Formats: sequence, C-alpha cells, structure tokens
Amino acid sequence: MEAPSGDTTRDRIALEEDMQDKHPEKLPKNVKRIVYGLFAICVAVVLLDFLFILDTFDKHALYEWENWPGFYAVYGFVACVLLVLISKYILRPLIKRDEDYYE
Amino acid sequence: MSSLPPQFVLLFGALLIPFLKGKVKLGYMLALPLVAFYSYLQMEVGTYWTMKVLDFELVFGRADKLSLIFVNIFIVVTFIATIFNLKCNNNLEYFAGFLYAGCATGMVLAGDLITMFIFWETLTLGAFLLVLARRTPAAMGAAFRYALVHVVGGLILFAGIVLHIRATGSTDFTHIGLSDLSSYLIFIGFGLNCAWPILHAWLPDAYPEATIGGVVFMATFTTKGAVYALMRGYGGEPSLLWIGMAMATFPIFYAVLENDLRKVLAYSLINQVGFMVVGIGVGTDMSMNGAAAHVYCHILYKALLFMSMGAVMYQTGKIKATELGGLFRSMPFTAICCMIGAASISAFPLFSGFVSKSMVMTAAAEEHYTLIWLALLFASAGVFHHAGIKIPFFAFFSHDSGIRVKEAPVNMRIAMGMAAFLCIFIGIFPHQTIYPMLPFGEVTYVPYTFAHVNGQFMLLVFSALAFTLMLMSGIYPAEIRAINLDADWLYRGPSRIGYAFFDKVLNGVNALAHKFLVTGFTQSVSRFAQEGPTILLAWILTPVWELSGTSKEQQAKLRADLRENAQNGVFPIGITACLSVVLLGILFFF
Repeated sequence: MEAPSGDTTRDRIALEEDMQDKHPEKLPKNVKRIVYGLFAICVAVVLLDFLFILDTFDKHALYEWENWPGFYAVYGFVACVLLVLISKYILRPLIKRDEDYYE
Repeated sequence: MSSLPPQFVLLFGALLIPFLKGKVKLGYMLALPLVAFYSYLQMEVGTYWTMKVLDFELVFGRADKLSLIFVNIFIVVTFIATIFNLKCNNNLEYFAGFLYAGCATGMVLAGDLITMFIFWETLTLGAFLLVLARRTPAAMGAAFRYALVHVVGGLILFAGIVLHIRATGSTDFTHIGLSDLSSYLIFIGFGLNCAWPILHAWLPDAYPEATIGGVVFMATFTTKGAVYALMRGYGGEPSLLWIGMAMATFPIFYAVLENDLRKVLAYSLINQVGFMVVGIGVGTDMSMNGAAAHVYCHILYKALLFMSMGAVMYQTGKIKATELGGLFRSMPFTAICCMIGAASISAFPLFSGFVSKSMVMTAAAEEHYTLIWLALLFASAGVFHHAGIKIPFFAFFSHDSGIRVKEAPVNMRIAMGMAAFLCIFIGIFPHQTIYPMLPFGEVTYVPYTFAHVNGQFMLLVFSALAFTLMLMSGIYPAEIRAINLDADWLYRGPSRIGYAFFDKVLNGVNALAHKFLVTGFTQSVSRFAQEGPTILLAWILTPVWELSGTSKEQQAKLRADLRENAQNGVFPIGITACLSVVLLGILFFF
C-alpha cells in the first residue's frame, strides 16, 4: 500500500532507533550534550525565578500566581504534555484517515 | 502627498511582467516593490486619490497610521517574496503575486466599503492563481475549493455592505460594530478571510498546495487583510475575544499531528492570527497596538518559516516530516534561518515575536480576561512546541533521511537572510522600529524586564523539556502518513453524497428528457417532415392503383419509387406541373 521510501514503518523504526526508550546516557554524544544542556538551563531559570522571593525585584505581576516561583515552568511543561496527550489519544483517533480519503 | 498610489504601481506593474524577458524582467520585478515603497514613503496622513463613480465616491487613499503600517509591511514582504521567487520562471506566478500584493495594499488604503470590496474580491483571485500555478491535480482541487469558499464569503460580505449602505446612507469604511443584520454579515465576511474556527478550513487546505513562492504571499495578505478590516470595523468587539481564543488554541492540536510541514505552518498561522483577534477583541489602545505590532512581526517570521520550508521543498522535492530529517549538514543556512523564524514565532526574548505577542497578553491581563490570558499562555507554549521545535527538528535534525542536497539557491538565501535579519532587529530594537509606527497612541510598554524575560524563558525551556522527554520516552506521536479531517470535511465529505445524488437525479432527468424529447419527439417530427407527403400520396394512390388493376408487386415497386422520388425531391416534370396546376386551381377557386 505504501511507497517503499519514507513510509510509516521506516519512520517508526527510525524514531525508535533515534530516541525512543533511551536513557540519556545511551544517546549519541552530541545529542547527549544538548539534552544535558537543556536540563541545566531548566534548573538555572527556575533558580533565577526564586530570586523574586527576595523582594529585590518587582515582578510587575498582574496575577497572583505569576509570583509563585516556577509558575511559568510548570505551566509550560504541563501545557505541552497535555497538548501531546490530547492530540495523540483523543484527536488523532477521531480525525485520522487514509491519505487518499478524499480521492 | 505622493502622486503615485503604491497599490497601482504593483497592480499595473504586474501587467507588464509577461512581456519582459531575461534580466530586464528580473530587474523590473525587483524595482516594482521598491517604487511602491518609495511612493509609500511619500504618503502623508490624509484622504486623497478619490474618484466619483455614479453616486459613490471611491477613496483609494485613506492614509492614517493604521493603514500605513499595513502598507509598509505588505510592500516589504512583497520585496522579500519576490527575491525568493525570482527564479520560479512562471509568468502566472509572478503576475499573481503582484496582483495579490497590489490588491492587499489597495484594500487597506481603501476609504470606502465599495473600493474595499473590489480589492477584497480581486485579492482572492491572486491567491487562487497562486495555488493553481502549481499545476498538480491536488493543487487544482484545492484552488477551486479555495475559490468557491471565498466566493461564498465574498457574497455574504457583499450582501452586508449593500444592506449597510442602504441603512446608513454612507459608504464610508469606519467603525461598524455589531448591531443589525448588515453588520453581522460583514463580520462573517471578514471572519471567513480571517480563518475563524470552522470557517478556517480553506487555509490548511489550500496553503500546503500552493507554489513554493506563492505561499509566502498567501501567508501574508489574506488573513492579515482581514485582521486590518476587523481592526477598522470591529475594534473592541467582545465576541472576538472568544473567537481569537479558539483560533489560538485548537490549531495547535492539529499541528502536533500533521505530517506535511507546510500544513503545520498553516495551522500555526491560524494560531498566531488568534492572538491578533484577541488583541482586537480587548479593544484597548495597548491591545490594538499589540495586534498591529503582531501583524508586522508575524508576517515577517511566517514568511521566513514558509520560505525555509519552501527552500527545503525546492531542493529535496519533499515536505513531509516522515520523508525529511538530517538536512542540517546539507542546508545549514536554511536551517539557521528556519530556527530564527522558529524562535521569533515562539517569542524568544531578542526575537520579534517577544515584543509583539506579550503586548496582547499583557493587555488582556490588564483588562482581567483571566481565562483568555491562560489560554493564550497555553497557546504560547504550544506554538513553541509545534512550530518552534517540530518544524526545524523534523526537517533538519531528527533521524537522517539520507537526503543529500545542495544549499538553497542564492536568491532564496538572500530573501531568507533579509527576513531573518528583520526578525532579530525588530526583536532587539522595538522602540526604534515598530513601536513608533503603531496606530493607537504612544507605546509605553517595555518588553524587556527581568521578570518577563525570565518568565517567558521558563515557559519555553520547559516546553522544550516536555518535548524532549516525551520523544525519548516514546510518548510523542510518531508522524504518520495520513490526513487529518478538518472542517473542510463539511463540504468535501458530504459533497460526495451530494454528487452522487445529483448524478442520479439530474442525470436521470437528463436521460429521460433525451429519450422522450431528443430521440422520441424530435425524430418523429423529422420523420413526418421527410416521409409524411410520400405516405399521404401512397394512401391517395393506392385506391387508384387498385382500380386500375395493378398487381401487388407492381404496387410495392411503385410505392418504393414514389418514396425515393419524394425523398430526393425529384418528380417527373409532368407530375410536378400537374400538381402545380391543381394547386393554382385550388388557390384560384377558393
């Protein structure tokens, strides 16, 4: 049914080979560096956000929750996880059709 | 005041393109937007270029800060897109691009509803041609669907305008606001071009089918023209808040699943226009300024993203995430430009999206639209997720697709470089670039505070973290070769049932009509005309033959002769003369 190149199976295999179920230690060296770099930045920005507790800086917050340290971090993370889960498990089964559906 | 309306520079300039050749043609096409931009610079605030037609005064030059910022960005992006598209060598595409740009510019400069409507409708023609110019069966289908949907939208808008002019007695295009039927019709007409939910399906349907360069024009003019019209006519309309919120959120779910990377960009375009629509809905000076600033920045980074994906498509012939990957080493310049566009759309600090999107969000928060604000924050995280990471990741990194190509042609690189430069320049110097151009009062907003930068940074890096962790754990949905149903199913799916219905019913009626009228009735008339006299004569003569004792065989032969003579129109002269005498006698006596 599918063309031999770039089909679903090949893509799945490629994704599995590249990323899936891998502990960061098993990743290729350059990718590992990027992933650890990202972890480090994540920790750094949250730590920076705790500075605001010290009242040295004004946060110009319009909402109370903006003052909670790490609010944006949690919101961003949760938002993206929800986005992917809803897309994958609710939306995709509803709307997915064969590529030649309209033909 | 300039004597040369920029919209007509582009429109009439477009007509000459097919007649030019070689380098002259390329130079001419580059000069057109430059001349248009020069005449834009000469324009002063005021109303001019008017023309009286029948009882209506058509205003081709209503220049105020609101229309001028749109003219500015429209011409800038026309120049960039022309450079990008310089080598497509397709007269239809060149022509359609300038027609499109000219109409969009004319539309925002129009001071009355009639002029606005004329440009509004002609604009659709430009977009239609840019999809058609791809000349694939899928593009043809998408182009005609695009045209049909926009014709319906245009009719609704036209009905609204006619009713509005009848009710108010004025053709001026100023604030309309939702009140009577006419205002709702105009609202919906604008909304269709603005890609409101459910009315949006033409956008992800047509844009991925357009030509590589054409989509850069398309991503700029239609939706942003509609944003302009809404700003002019419906600023502060509360229903726009909810419409904008829906626009900002629902397309990102589609974008996560979509395999065609230009379609991902089409969905993220709706998401970004959602921020502008919310800005219009809030209706304060700051939110309207934020919407205008976001238009300016968005056009640039969206053009940049579409150009980088266009360059990938131009070099590899592929655009699906499942077929791409690992192109970073082959096309590093395109990859970097794409990431600059991605950073801008995601509103990274120091990139253009950061200084415009946050104005809209802060304005919404200041007016205490908490739910809207939370939804926009969700959309901000989501846009980074699907456009900011997904686009560059699947095209240039991810698994190696094995494709080895050259870097994009030099004209494409120049165009992408210009757009990328502007994205960063505006991001770093908003107070020197776009803020002074904003139409609604002085901008006092300061985007670069420590709290804002750090907050935005946290939002984005934790989105990236979520993406990485989900990819590594295998939760992230693999890109699948499939299509995802959208609202266009409403007219594409049941249309097949409609087609079958009309096929059976109308074609049935047709066959019946053919049987009875064409083959039945007409043929008997013609047979009668041909053979009627012979049969009549044979009837008259048969008793004569019988009486004169002619045998049956001879009678049959005589009848056949008679028939042949009658059909050929040859009777012996004696008989003809005899019949003539009889006829004359009849005429004489009666």
